[in-house]
Amino acid sequence: MKNIFIDAPPLTPDQAKLGRSKGYGDHPLDKYLKEGRIPHIWCSGCGIGIVLTAFIKALEKSGADPDKTVVVSGIGCSARSAGYLNLDTYHTTHGRAIPFATGVKLANPELNVVVISGDGDLFAIGGNHIIHAARRNIDLSIICVNNFTYGMTGGQGGPTTPVGAISTTTPYGASEYPFNLVYMAAAAGASYVARWTVLHTRELRDAMIDSMSKPGFSFIEAISPCPTAHARRNKLGSGLDIMRYYKEKSYLADELDRDETALGLADKIAIGKFVDVEKPTYLDMYNSHVADRAAQAAKKKKKKKK
Amino acid sequence: MSFWRMPLDAEEQGVTVGEVHIIAYRCKGCRYCIEFCPNNVLAESEEFNEKGYHPPYAAKDGKCVNCNFCETICPEFAIFVTEGKPGNLQPADVLHDVKPGRRLQRKRRYGE
Repeated sequence: MKNIFIDAPPLTPDQAKLGRSKGYGDHPLDKYLKEGRIPHIWCSGCGIGIVLTAFIKALEKSGADPDKTVVVSGIGCSARSAGYLNLDTYHTTHGRAIPFATGVKLANPELNVVVISGDGDLFAIGGNHIIHAARRNIDLSIICVNNFTYGMTGGQGGPTTPVGAISTTTPYGASEYPFNLVYMAAAAGASYVARWTVLHTRELRDAMIDSMSKPGFSFIEAISPCPTAHARRNKLGSGLDIMRYYKEKSYLADELDRDETALGLADKIAIGKFVDVEKPTYLDMYNSHVADRAAQAAKKKKKKKK
Repeated sequence: MSFWRMPLDAEEQGVTVGEVHIIAYRCKGCRYCIEFCPNNVLAESEEFNEKGYHPPYAAKDGKCVNCNFCETICPEFAIFVTEGKPGNLQPADVLHDVKPGRRLQRKRRYGE
């Protein structure tokens, strides 16, 4: 087999001034990425690029209209993926991706609204928003890239940092219990909950297709290595070592058990689809409970006036 | 899958062959594609790219079956596979460990 190496000519100074990407369009998925933003900033071995690839593949395979897809993100490493996508994307303030997405969805229910953000953004700063969006069952797809730390700011301990994990703010090991994201989302009332690691790329893609087509709040946790901030301090090895650990220690769980789905440092990982139920969404409930009755009450008032 | 003989319609059966395209200047050397290629087609090259990483190269001739896993697991959008001309089934693909049939085994053990 002949080796096909693609090498692009270097950018001319004019192109560099315009912020063009070298060799943009070489990859078939480049049409979903903004020119001038690639190559991305993520470290070697980071899993967020895999989640982004899975999302683009899901968009391609599900046949969703890219013009009617909106990607909203907060702040953080994984939240930068919104800036790279060549769709209608919004990079909102820290933790406020879900309120923004809720507004987009309620203003124009035709849109397919996806939130791609990290664990720190969705569960620490925006922790209140996710439980209330799940409680209301707003038709959003949440993709949470969980790397167990605040990667962008240098690896501080967060609400998902496992007990005993070393970070810049927990130099003797974290002493707090972490959140169990899938259990929390399910308890808050999400209608679709799944967890996959970035090694399970095809399952992740299929889960994204399911979540985008599903009416109601769907939550996907994508467990991703952070070789620079989390793995280095905890001596978990390179990104490849963490991927091998995912391959070895992840197993398909049948049901959402609280203790089984809890994550520890270098512990076994329960993956799979945990919740998939049909439930009326926020707009359905609003229309059937408030809008219809308000219309009836308005009719009665008119009759009385006559 | 292994057979004890070549299938009779081996010449008519096409084998999917993929062509690996590597965008070397984008590679950040995480080695995910090399490690998780199901057919172990890829290997690390000795040359450096402009970032200072060793990009992968397709080391095994015609072994890629176009499963696209390297494309999905690459975080850098640096590798993709297109479907090439289908190849023919080769004896090495099919006949992995050929065991003698039962009659032959008995013949060898007990004589005629």
